[in-house]
Amino acid sequence: MQEILQYLFSGITNGAIYAVIAVGFSMLYNSTELINFAHGEFVMLGGLGIVTLWGGSLLPLPAAFVLTVIGVAFVGFLLERVALRKVSRSQPIVLVIITIGASIFLRGIGMLIWGKDAHAIPSFTKLSPMDVFGAKLMPQSILILAIVLLVVVGLHLFYRKTLTGKAMQACAINEKAAWLSGIPSDQMVLLAFFLSAGIGAIAGIIIAPITMCGYDMGILLGLKGFCAAMLGGLGSLWGSLVGGLLLGISESLGVGYVSSSLKDAIAFLVLLLILYIRPTGILGIKEAKRF
Amino acid sequence: MRQIIPIKKGIKRLCLFLAASLLFSSPALSKDTFKIGGVFSVTGRASFLGDPEKKSMEMLVNQINAKGGIDGRLLEAVIYDTEGDPQKTVNAVSKLINKDQVIAIIGPSLTPTTLAVVPFAERSKTLLISCAAGILITEPVKPWVFKTAQSDALAVASIYQHMKAQGIKKAAILSVSDAFGESGKQQLEKQADAYGITVIRSETFGAGDTDMTPQLTKIRKENPEAIICWGTNPGPAVVAKNVKQLGLQIPLYQSHGVASPKFIELASDAAEGIYLPTGKILVADLLPDNDPQKPVLQNYIKEFESRYNMPVSGFGGYAYDAVRMLAEALKGSNGDKEKVRAALEEMKGFVGVSGVFSFSKTEHNGLSPDAFVMVQIRNNTWELIR
Repeated sequence: MQEILQYLFSGITNGAIYAVIAVGFSMLYNSTELINFAHGEFVMLGGLGIVTLWGGSLLPLPAAFVLTVIGVAFVGFLLERVALRKVSRSQPIVLVIITIGASIFLRGIGMLIWGKDAHAIPSFTKLSPMDVFGAKLMPQSILILAIVLLVVVGLHLFYRKTLTGKAMQACAINEKAAWLSGIPSDQMVLLAFFLSAGIGAIAGIIIAPITMCGYDMGILLGLKGFCAAMLGGLGSLWGSLVGGLLLGISESLGVGYVSSSLKDAIAFLVLLLILYIRPTGILGIKEAKRF
Repeated sequence: MRQIIPIKKGIKRLCLFLAASLLFSSPALSKDTFKIGGVFSVTGRASFLGDPEKKSMEMLVNQINAKGGIDGRLLEAVIYDTEGDPQKTVNAVSKLINKDQVIAIIGPSLTPTTLAVVPFAERSKTLLISCAAGILITEPVKPWVFKTAQSDALAVASIYQHMKAQGIKKAAILSVSDAFGESGKQQLEKQADAYGITVIRSETFGAGDTDMTPQLTKIRKENPEAIICWGTNPGPAVVAKNVKQLGLQIPLYQSHGVASPKFIELASDAAEGIYLPTGKILVADLLPDNDPQKPVLQNYIKEFESRYNMPVSGFGGYAYDAVRMLAEALKGSNGDKEKVRAALEEMKGFVGVSGVFSFSKTEHNGLSPDAFVMVQIRNNTWELIR
């Protein structure tokens, strides 16, 4: 009982982080049908941003949080404006390769600014771990879960309740028709990049206290987030949440009950199995591109 | 500008000049020097090893030459950068052997690059003193290959000696899944019996993993008396944090792979109470005055830091020891390669930065477990355990 709870706590914490990253992938795919392989680098920038701004005690936590998210969102904005806009009528494969190039570029910049060593910051709360039936629950885990739910619910409301959100969705469903009805689709794509990069930064910020941040952390986290998005159904917000949690929990149970050296293999096996049974992902709709 | 000197006259003058320069050539050139080679990963991923190694070698060669060299002959160092790439190392070593015709080679910095050039050193009968840690370099013993870095096996022995003294019998291993972790795990499992310790569980983690709680939960189930974590930053710092979060009240041992101030910075509070083996350079000032290595270490630290204005690391010490021992072996050899090799092989009790070296026909690393000391992290700094 104690063990299984501990595996679940660990799995849910990691899964929640995968979920935020997956949400970033998903919402961008929704608006642009583009898979952004530089997304992991936004996570890295978020993590290292908070290390500098808050860990270096330049700013109080809330201010550092907001500033980091906006800063990274602006990097996403620049990526679209400078690198992708110029070729936006091009084939998807070209755009995907541009994002891969951007990820290498951003990683290099990260290495130049923050160096090759990892960095650490203390936990956001000073509370000590809670005891739940003998298993330890970190206050940071609860914080992470709360932030993840806030992000997903916030995005859900944004798409359903605001005009801008609806306009973005309209662009996703049919860009030309949206354009004909007066929606500036270029700006919508720009906004999508802005939001997606900001969400990536949030993932980086909340993961920073539980692990170490380095310039190369984006590779693995981006990959895990992409898996979670595929697992849940690319393009579905709630699917990303489910996919992330499922990936996190299967990893941690895999370590606990099978073998720690097979940890990543188990997670990817789950992904393969689910895609084999349900190619659109758990919550993905038939074409895997609509809400 | 016009040519003023007629060509014929010019040639005559040139001949005179050449003849004169042959007559009065400086002793620092050609046959009157001992030529030694260096191959280090000065740039690239492993530059943290190669860069201080190159600097230490240059510093020492300058010092020896300033004192008049060896047997009245100056040292001439030819150093190439391997970039940590085995192929480039092979090229550099071939060049040193065939073109530069060096007496001996210091380096390379890494185990893979060293293993790649061992056959070349053996075939050409050129002395190779490696600065890498891998046990495969000197086991089995190759006549022309030596190394100055401490093997993992010695670090494992130090940990187990400490555990035995504490009465610990059941240990769990948590190692990173790369070459360093794998080698540590093998040594830990191999030597456990000799110290009456049982390894009750062995788990691994990925170099980029963000949470090791599941592995530790699994380990906790077996009730070990100590946990040994084997890896390089940042993984072990995450392990230290997780151990603290889970409230595990058993000693945590780390490897020498994290013996740097960076680890304390990363793990912060969670580093408190951790035991680890380290080369003595990290705690040179804490060593008792009767430690034979203390003056050597303090001297090296002072020289290196004043010359390069950067903090010293144990890595440069590998090259420093190698050059010092080579200089010792060169004495009276007149540059004969076999004589130098034999002198090195017979060297006993040579006090270096990395330990006290005693070579023999069957031992080409020459160090014993006392090359390491056990330290505990207390109040964010190292404390020597006696």
